[in-house]
Amino acid sequence: MPARQTPFELYAIDSLLSEEEREIRGTVARFVSDRIRPQIADWFESGELPARELARELGSLGVLGMHLEGYGCAGTSATAYGLACLELEAGDSGIRSLVSVQGSLAMFAMHRFGSEEHKQQWLPRMAKGEAVGCFGLTEPDFGSNPAGMRTTARRDGADWVLDGTKMWITNGSIADVAVVWARTGEDAKSIKGFVVPTDSPGFTARDVKKKLSLRASVTSELVLEGVRLPNSAVLPEVSGLRGPLSCLNEARFGIVFGALGAARDSLQTAIDYAVSREQFDRPIAGFQLTQRKLAEMAVALGNGTLLALHLGRMKDAGTLRPEQVSIGKFNNVTGALEITRTARSILGGNGITLEYPVIRHMNNLESVFTYEGTHEIHTLALGQALTGVPAYR
Amino acid sequence: MKIVVLVKFVPDATAARAFGADHTTDRVGVDGLLSELDEYAVEQALQVIEAAGEGEITYVTMGPENAGAALRKALSMGGDQAVHVLDDALHGTDALGTSLVLAKVLEKLEYDLVVAGMASTDGGMSVVPVMLAERLGLPAATFASTLSVADGKATIRRDGDLASETVEVTLPALVSVTDQTGEARYPSFKGIMAAKKKPVTTYTLADLGVAPDQVGLGGAATEVVEVTARPPRQAGVKVNDEGDGGVKLAEFLASQKFI
Repeated sequence: MPARQTPFELYAIDSLLSEEEREIRGTVARFVSDRIRPQIADWFESGELPARELARELGSLGVLGMHLEGYGCAGTSATAYGLACLELEAGDSGIRSLVSVQGSLAMFAMHRFGSEEHKQQWLPRMAKGEAVGCFGLTEPDFGSNPAGMRTTARRDGADWVLDGTKMWITNGSIADVAVVWARTGEDAKSIKGFVVPTDSPGFTARDVKKKLSLRASVTSELVLEGVRLPNSAVLPEVSGLRGPLSCLNEARFGIVFGALGAARDSLQTAIDYAVSREQFDRPIAGFQLTQRKLAEMAVALGNGTLLALHLGRMKDAGTLRPEQVSIGKFNNVTGALEITRTARSILGGNGITLEYPVIRHMNNLESVFTYEGTHEIHTLALGQALTGVPAYR
Repeated sequence: MKIVVLVKFVPDATAARAFGADHTTDRVGVDGLLSELDEYAVEQALQVIEAAGEGEITYVTMGPENAGAALRKALSMGGDQAVHVLDDALHGTDALGTSLVLAKVLEKLEYDLVVAGMASTDGGMSVVPVMLAERLGLPAATFASTLSVADGKATIRRDGDLASETVEVTLPALVSVTDQTGEARYPSFKGIMAAKKKPVTTYTLADLGVAPDQVGLGGAATEVVEVTARPPRQAGVKVNDEGDGGVKLAEFLASQKFI
């Protein structure tokens, strides 16, 4: 073994991966170091992302909808998808978010619940990154409680007419197509999904400005004012909240791995920094307080990775349950956030600048902590799994 | 259009590298990969086929069991099949012996064009392509910074210090390409998964009709007599600027023949 091991070498993580998984991971890692790392700090600072250009590049790699079968998708294992998310998020959570929303929310919704026409029309172009999708569930006043959504779809002759507002929509203003969830009646069972071309009259998207997190990511508000759609726009295979929630479950599986990427990049930065940074005439890596921080971070990262791979294997076997994905998000995002904060402390003053990736990852993870099911809701999902008693219904 | 691309599995330059007791590079016990300079050859071959709209690519490598990884990497970028010459007697083969073995492989294959990298990133001799061309009686156009194929001819540009030459060779021919030919593509995920299903044929020396004493350390025309690790870097010279810093700096650069 070399004098210095990476945290993943310490855990022999590679021994748990197939050759194909290592190659896919390596390809994404190389893309990130060639294409993302040199520019990400500038994109983050300016709050501007060349998202459509990146979508095409990610599409040519095969990242978009990579774990879906057919329609131009690569059809990899779920574990390989997770590893790709990990490497993308080692670049930036915003890049991984772009991929999650495209593949696991917009494409997955059509792949699982859409008509053959939806699939033919959209999936091949979305897999290539020529078309970008977004996913509208959350509203300004309904986040953790989507059952209360106010967006409505009412019949008008053979058509549907949608009215409402969706909030915190990644890729919203750059999307060609939005999967929008709306109630067609009084109760949550009446919720249906609609495939909405974003050039439909009455559809507008405005970007959310003044963010201090996920700045290298497009976040929008969608406004639907009398958007008229044919009946063929309805996702035929699902009604009720099961539709959007199963999509979110896909996306948060990617987050279970992705958050580890942000953590690994922060930890590796802290290790490299500690080895070269001298105080009191010696590298700070030699101080016991620093070593304790590094050891605790490496163990949290390694354990989180073992958990993610366990969940990935279960997903590939078709046995993964939603509350098990909640364990992953609960543990790995919290752990990653803690790692980025501790890594920042090792970098001292340098840790607060965009010269190093750490505070960028740290701020990004504040969003990741909250989106795709807040940490609090995942906590309650675990509480319910253990007790049989739901705390929020 | 049928293209053969020569690829080599080399030790990862970013990982620890070692020499064996016989002064050969340790290829078995270290992490390795497709020589980066060969990726440009793969890319150029793929572009020629894409421009032609038809054709097939066969990759050829010679090396230990794990050299198969270089073939799979190339196959994941594109192309159709591969040949792996695998035989314990190959250990320690020099450039002359390598060209002999590769020539025997090529005698078994159909090809219009053979593409190689400009050098391997480990040995770095750049001689195998021309030795191979000589053995096969092929015209060779080496160190190409551009490559195009049309009307039964390959045309390359070779950029020298003083001039750029445009060289045309009639097919079948051999071309070696430099890192100036353009970035190699990333393997796509579909490519990575498809690569596993592409055929890889393994040949032994006996299959090729090469006697063991023609190759290996015993058959080598060259011998590495000694291997010495480069001494660790010495600390640099510190120049204290006492008003004459510029002069001292210029003197140092002149003493090192930089100016």
